[in-house]
Amino acid sequence: MNIVDLLQHTSEWLKGSGPNSDIVISSRIRFARNIDKAPFPHWASKKQSKQIAESIEDAAAKIEYLKKATVFKLVDLDAVDKQFLVERHLMSYEHAQKTDSKSVIIDDDEIISIMVNEEDHLRIQVMQSGFNLFEGYNIINKIDDCFAKEIAYAFSPEWGYLTACPTNTGTGMRGSVMLHLPALVMTRQINQVLAAIAKLSFATRGLYGEGTQATGNFFQISNQVSLGHSESEIIDNINGLIRQIIEQENQARELLLNQNRAMLEDKINRSFGILKSAHIITSQETTELMSLVRLGCDLGIVKEINRRAINELFIITQPAHLQKIENKKLSSAERDLKRAEIIRSRLNK
Amino acid sequence: MLCDICNKNPATVHLTEIVDDQMSELHLCEECARKKSSQMESQFGLSDLLAGLADFEKPSEEKELSALKCPNCGLIYKDFKKIGRLGCGECYVTFKKFLTPLLKRIHGSGSHCGKCPVKISTGKQPRKKALDLQDLRCRLQKAIEDEAYEEAAKIRDQIKELQEKDASKGQP
Repeated sequence: MNIVDLLQHTSEWLKGSGPNSDIVISSRIRFARNIDKAPFPHWASKKQSKQIAESIEDAAAKIEYLKKATVFKLVDLDAVDKQFLVERHLMSYEHAQKTDSKSVIIDDDEIISIMVNEEDHLRIQVMQSGFNLFEGYNIINKIDDCFAKEIAYAFSPEWGYLTACPTNTGTGMRGSVMLHLPALVMTRQINQVLAAIAKLSFATRGLYGEGTQATGNFFQISNQVSLGHSESEIIDNINGLIRQIIEQENQARELLLNQNRAMLEDKINRSFGILKSAHIITSQETTELMSLVRLGCDLGIVKEINRRAINELFIITQPAHLQKIENKKLSSAERDLKRAEIIRSRLNK
Repeated sequence: MLCDICNKNPATVHLTEIVDDQMSELHLCEECARKKSSQMESQFGLSDLLAGLADFEKPSEEKELSALKCPNCGLIYKDFKKIGRLGCGECYVTFKKFLTPLLKRIHGSGSHCGKCPVKISTGKQPRKKALDLQDLRCRLQKAIEDEAYEEAAKIRDQIKELQEKDASKGQP
């Protein structure tokens, strides 16, 4: 598989299917794992990092579930390629920064991706469309067991999986759910919801994980605590919280429909109109307008386009995706033109 | 739209901050955004936060700690304070004394319950014991959460028994 091949299909997490996919975009589980006795990536010498990467890549090659996976070494990728993978959520922004002895292993469905030598030696992640943490957990568990047969993990019975940062120690697991909450934002209830989430020791982040802001009404919610609770307890807790947020978002949508239907229809149709006719559009504006059109789809106000098509547009209009499609470097202004062109052609079909 | 800081270049980075439920927006050009982001990092790094959590009340403890060096990877406490990361899995043994309270503060709990690797390099006997203990600690916590105190007391006794057995055999 080549990086460009990825352009040909929709990432699993963007399929717009799965449980509660009107509100939940995707569910992701990641495990942080390290090799016993080996220095963590930030503390390892170049030579050690290289050996570590090789042993992990060798182990991955023996794993049945990863038969169709491709290893991308970061030194072989240019800046656009790396950003492209970040946009597809196949690796983190941090991972793209320094490239020595780093790689990312991606299966051909883009469900499984494994970052080698990120903050920990192994960051295994499984992404699913919709509200589906347990299914993701079942998959990641099997892959993790396979790795454990090949690699001796850094593990202590008392503290579980040992990680470079003590905030990940224990299960080494982070479960996160990406939510689309336009109605809670519109009815100005979102700050209350976010404050409550923080009190329950869950973290809220933007679309691209750590350090990113929430735009276009998209929020990523994940567990903070990884020690002292089992994996299934952690997932149960996240699920419980997410169910409540879904319920609140649904109530807010209902409220908007009942009390402000005309305003809502106007907002959604105007957004759709701008997307269909704009000739210059930034990625931020695209995200914001798409968010409203997506809501329009969910509520049956917009009928010409489905959720999956919106999700696809959402990803292919990201900066690195545009440059991959055009196969050349584009300035910010050129991207805004190209983005508008692609959106127009897709929406006016 | 022009950058809020320099008012010269077009704003391409849009920052939303939520502080105490109050949302504020900042529109910046790439250059100013970079400056702002490094400012924020230097103001408030995770390493400071973690090291702050691990601060000791008694200066003597800090002194004792600064003499420790991980025999496996060579990390010293000062390194951890600076970078907020440990050097290797063995550091958890070396710095156990200060990591124990730190982990408790971060996670609200001090012991793992959950998955264990299917195969560990030293598959010796003490593992089984450790796993039993772990399982019991998990069940204890669950029982306390469920306010099933009778059940919790039973589990606590089982843990005690297991620990005493271990101690009498001279095993940690």
